[in-house]
Amino acid sequence: MAGITSYGAYVPLWRLKRDEIRPGLAGERAVANFDEDSITLAVAAATDCLRGIDRGTIDGLFFASTTSPYREKQAASIVVAACDLRHDVITADFTNSLRAGTAALRAALDAVKAGSAKRVLVVAADCRTGMPGSDLEANGGDGAAAFIVGDTQVAVSIDDYYCVSSEMLDVWRADDDPYTRTWEDRFVVTQGYLKLVQEAVGGLSKKAELEPKDITKAVFYAPDARRHQEMARGLGFDPKTQVQDSLFEPMGNTGAAFCLMMAVAALEEAKAGDTILLASYGDGSDAFILRVNEEIGRIGGNLGMKGHLASKLPVPDYHTYLRWRGILTTEAVRRPMTEPPSPAAMWREQDRNIHLLGVKCQVCGTTQYPPQRLCTRCRTQDRFDTVRLSDKKAELFTYSKDALAGTMDNPLVIAVINFEGGGRMITMMTDRDLDEVSIGMPLEMSFRKLGTQGGIHNYYWKCKPVRNRG
Amino acid sequence: MNPSAIRDKVAIIGMGCTKFGENWDMSAEDMMIEAAYEAYEDAGVGPEDIEAAWVGTVASGITGNLLAAPLKFRFMPITRIENACGTGQDTLRNATLGVACGLYDMVLVMGVEKLKDSGLSGLPEFFTHPVYGQGATAPGRWALGATRYFSSVGLSPEEGKRCLAKIAMKNHHNGTMSPKAHFQREITMEQALNAPVIAWPLGLFDCCPTTDGAAAAIITSTETAKKLRPAKDYVLVRGFGVAMGSGWGKENFDYKYDYLPETIAAGKQAYEQAGITDPRRELSMAQIHDCFTIAEMMEYEALGFSPAGKASEDIDAGTFELTGELPVNTDGGLKSFGHPVGATGIRMCYEIYKQIQGKAQLPARQLKDPKMGLAMAQGGHPGFLQPVVAILGRSDLAK
Amino acid sequence: MAGLVTYGAYIPLHRLRRDDIARAWGSAPPGGERAVANSDEDPITMAQAAAIDCLGDIDRDSIDGVYLATTSSPYKEKQAATVVARSLNLRRDVATMDFTDTLRSGTLALRAALDAVGAGSAQRVLVLAADCRLGAPRSEFEQILGDGAAALLVGGDDVAATVEASHTHSNELIDLWRSSRDNFVNSWEDRFVITEGFLLNMQEGVSQLLKKSELKVQDVTKAALYAPDARRHREIAASLGLDPKTQVQDPMFDRVGNTGAAFALMLLVAALEEAKDGDRILVANYGDGADSFILRATPQIEKIKDRQGIRKNLASKRYLASYETYITHRGLMDTEGQRRPPMVSSAPVLWRDQKWVLGLNGSHCQSCGRTFFPPQRICVHCRSKDNFDYVPLAGRKGTLFTFNKDALALSADPPEIWCRVHLEGDVGVYCRMTDRDPDRVELEMPVEMTFRKFHDAGGYPNYFWKCRPTRESFIEAGEGI
Repeated sequence: MAGITSYGAYVPLWRLKRDEIRPGLAGERAVANFDEDSITLAVAAATDCLRGIDRGTIDGLFFASTTSPYREKQAASIVVAACDLRHDVITADFTNSLRAGTAALRAALDAVKAGSAKRVLVVAADCRTGMPGSDLEANGGDGAAAFIVGDTQVAVSIDDYYCVSSEMLDVWRADDDPYTRTWEDRFVVTQGYLKLVQEAVGGLSKKAELEPKDITKAVFYAPDARRHQEMARGLGFDPKTQVQDSLFEPMGNTGAAFCLMMAVAALEEAKAGDTILLASYGDGSDAFILRVNEEIGRIGGNLGMKGHLASKLPVPDYHTYLRWRGILTTEAVRRPMTEPPSPAAMWREQDRNIHLLGVKCQVCGTTQYPPQRLCTRCRTQDRFDTVRLSDKKAELFTYSKDALAGTMDNPLVIAVINFEGGGRMITMMTDRDLDEVSIGMPLEMSFRKLGTQGGIHNYYWKCKPVRNRG
Repeated sequence: MNPSAIRDKVAIIGMGCTKFGENWDMSAEDMMIEAAYEAYEDAGVGPEDIEAAWVGTVASGITGNLLAAPLKFRFMPITRIENACGTGQDTLRNATLGVACGLYDMVLVMGVEKLKDSGLSGLPEFFTHPVYGQGATAPGRWALGATRYFSSVGLSPEEGKRCLAKIAMKNHHNGTMSPKAHFQREITMEQALNAPVIAWPLGLFDCCPTTDGAAAAIITSTETAKKLRPAKDYVLVRGFGVAMGSGWGKENFDYKYDYLPETIAAGKQAYEQAGITDPRRELSMAQIHDCFTIAEMMEYEALGFSPAGKASEDIDAGTFELTGELPVNTDGGLKSFGHPVGATGIRMCYEIYKQIQGKAQLPARQLKDPKMGLAMAQGGHPGFLQPVVAILGRSDLAK
Repeated sequence: MAGLVTYGAYIPLHRLRRDDIARAWGSAPPGGERAVANSDEDPITMAQAAAIDCLGDIDRDSIDGVYLATTSSPYKEKQAATVVARSLNLRRDVATMDFTDTLRSGTLALRAALDAVGAGSAQRVLVLAADCRLGAPRSEFEQILGDGAAALLVGGDDVAATVEASHTHSNELIDLWRSSRDNFVNSWEDRFVITEGFLLNMQEGVSQLLKKSELKVQDVTKAALYAPDARRHREIAASLGLDPKTQVQDPMFDRVGNTGAAFALMLLVAALEEAKDGDRILVANYGDGADSFILRATPQIEKIKDRQGIRKNLASKRYLASYETYITHRGLMDTEGQRRPPMVSSAPVLWRDQKWVLGLNGSHCQSCGRTFFPPQRICVHCRSKDNFDYVPLAGRKGTLFTFNKDALALSADPPEIWCRVHLEGDVGVYCRMTDRDPDRVELEMPVEMTFRKFHDAGGYPNYFWKCRPTRESFIEAGEGI
């Protein structure tokens, strides 16, 4: 039996009121911070999903997105490194389609069923940009979902799926285009979305011999809230009891991650015996039947959708959003350009920079970061164990608010932090409310993009205030 | 001009009309096939009987090949007609001239438009100057008329909008009884008044949708019609009016945007040919151009249905409703059918034809004993119009 | 047991002499040539061509999935695999996926297909890998890269090669990269890339694989090894202990070049073409880690015939006139265009007509038996209405009935040759001709249909079919076919 053994999600801290984009629009959309992209969102969701799980047991990582920052170079391998997974894992990027998330889920189920892997981590993350003023800009959102697919401790078994593929220019983004384009909404919706999702769900219902009344909760992609309602009616579900909330009100359409994020939200409420329908859309549609068993009670303790949605800060205004997104460029700080990072150095220091491994002296027991050859305390040479710091809590020891540094979140909060169990790091603080920054505040680590130079995206770990459930 | 030169010499013996709507899965060719084969069946003739054809479209193709290719007419005289929104009626007019003079005896008339391949809502700009008037839209240009017309006849914008809303409600109501219409739904006064503004003072329900469709007619001499069909089943062509605006209204300081002089002229021509002196009494129905509700309102006056400046009183009295004195847009008009430009005029004739036959698609819409109907469509906007009028009548009107 | 049922490949007709590149930049002539996609080719059209070669006369309804691997898809959002699936007239309920972002995506797609068949989710999955990567003008990449595609049909029955063992690992290293805004492939310093990236990872992959399968290097009949260039290919083969004379599949660097995500699979196809029952083929691929497989040929392998494969694709070729022709084809240099309004394209029309625009289906009249292209609702001959079947025309042989050489038509490669082609079964098709030598076009010449990118009207690639002189006609005497 193959199915989901754990789930997690990530919604960026920041929300932009839709009213800021176009007066009169309701709700808010989730907005990735300037230092986030689909890779960092994926790492955050994977971390949420991996809570309490031995990372050495993961055999594969499938990354799904339409907004990978690279065209040639795997995003999955970066996520593997940041999650400190084993080296001999299967990695693959699933892209170019809003259906990439469920395509990755299908491939993971196949890999487990075929015996190629015992546990595959599927992460879908998207950070799509709509043209300023477009519906996609207002309806869109950023976020990520993660599932572990395995064959033991399965909490949600997936026995049946059905897919249809469709060739149609409804929503697309060319290779060299920063913005997603769409054909006329009426064509896209009536001939694409409504027809194809119903075709896939119909095909699956026939295959699995299910009727709408057999479904506890229906989870399906929708381009906007109105179409979500239309689809619920079209599929014959009671919108009050049988349909998973579309999350348009608090978050927006997160592209390839969207229906998987809704699935996480549905699983957070699910009980043993529930039957969940999951349907994606994009160049066709994939539909799945998820059957929940008693193991579902075992999963928890992470923030998931509920916790991530509840903890938030407002993006001050539309103009800030445009700046974060790189749509609006402002005058740069008058400083010499920084050199592009050296891939050789990045590779050499990958354990410390990407895996965020510190060392613990085997003689005196002191944890230290960055890793040292000679113990800072007892000067013993090369006798260390590695310690993963990325999943440790920390406390703010001291800090400054540097207005000269010229980052986008001016003033830059430079933090000296102490890890629980030892170890100290100097790093930047992100996702912070300036007024709340104080000595002793609890912190956690977050994988972020420092910048892009020479076409190389340079990732590193920052600290951030601990996100609680609201 | 000899006003009686063509009166009652030509008869419509068969008609066809596609479902109007967003026909994503049909090309212009597909729709012409649907319309033509319905007309063949209705008339009891086949493609081999057709001697000549006229096809009207504004932007869905050029030349007579447009019709010859999908219908496989080999080496037949076919002409494409274009005269903006009145293309449909003008196609029928040109075909009628061909039959009335005795050259052809069995002619296919086709109107078609495929708009939904463009990716646009509304019509594309067809012929524009690079700068002058650039960017204006059809609703925007009719809204210029509405603003001034309301003020001129003494209606506040709010009162004017209520009149327009009643027209929209009437046409939507009639559309609920038209299975081939794009929309079949009632709307309320509240919906109409509170709808999003498209071009103030016009709101969403003052505008017709963007739609695909085709309609066809088979015409012959009245002599031949008598042999082929019972008298109640063919309909006579009684007259036409065409009046091209010179554009004087746009630039002329004296034009006040509160009446439609071209439409008045076209109506006069058609009435004279059809022998009509009191259109409000003599017409049993009219299908007129409600691309925007303000157009229908101003046309009531231009076509002599209401005295100048008095349209609002007739609207309030229900004169133009299905049960009123002169039912207008009995099938729901452009408001319900949309406006596939080349097809619209023929679709209007289709309604008159079916009403006169007593075969309105749903009995609820059938008028009692109709004798004569007017079909008018017009391109342009106040100050620059291209109206074309056709008048059809029952076979017993022929002298 | 899941394995390879059959294979196919595609190498574009055109080759660029490396000396022509060297001449443009004043560098020493290296000799040899590289395969160059025509201006109307991209990874989608090349993958489609390889798929046609692979499928032969296999029932297309038996295909359950299309997995397409490339790093150079024309889209970031919108699947390339669906375009190919429609152009092959496959079923609607095929599982389509794009595998991208890494040179290893070809072998990752193969792995996923083997899993899908192994898991019972699919009976037959078509794996396609195609790449058309761009090296910056004057760069080393411009010389060593090539364009091409491979296709493998993965299935559970009648397999021609079984998979005995496989290994995969991932590795985080910025050695080669192209960010989402970059046009050209970037590389860090060669020595670092090779020693810490390529050699180390390939060696690790292969040694783990041999350990797992309890095989020795000597047990390998042929090794299909990815390598960035000829020199590194020799190095990796030697370091693995393979006999370069007998055990190593020729990497074709002097004739095709490095075809990126398709490269390892193209070498595998070349190895399969020569394979005999019982042969063991080692495939090793590199990119953000390494994948390796041991394949074992079955008696079925010798029954695969009539494939263009690598061999015939290599043998049939035409040289590009100059380096300037190459950079024009790749869009690296704008040339003066004719003064024509921009072309328009309608998504609903492309969608409505995909049965013939992508699938090249004609209509076959059930009343009179004649076939027309594009499909006609009313038979041109007997006027029977809506009484026809769709028939695919893609594989039919054709002859050139009439043609022109239009210098006025907008074309990346003037003159544009417009044709009336007669296909088997008396079907007339009006189309353009590609991959042609204008001086060798003549009436009655044999032609075949090929799927190409027509233009970018509407801001997205519009695909359609063209005719071309048969590939066979470009085989030069003495090429040994």
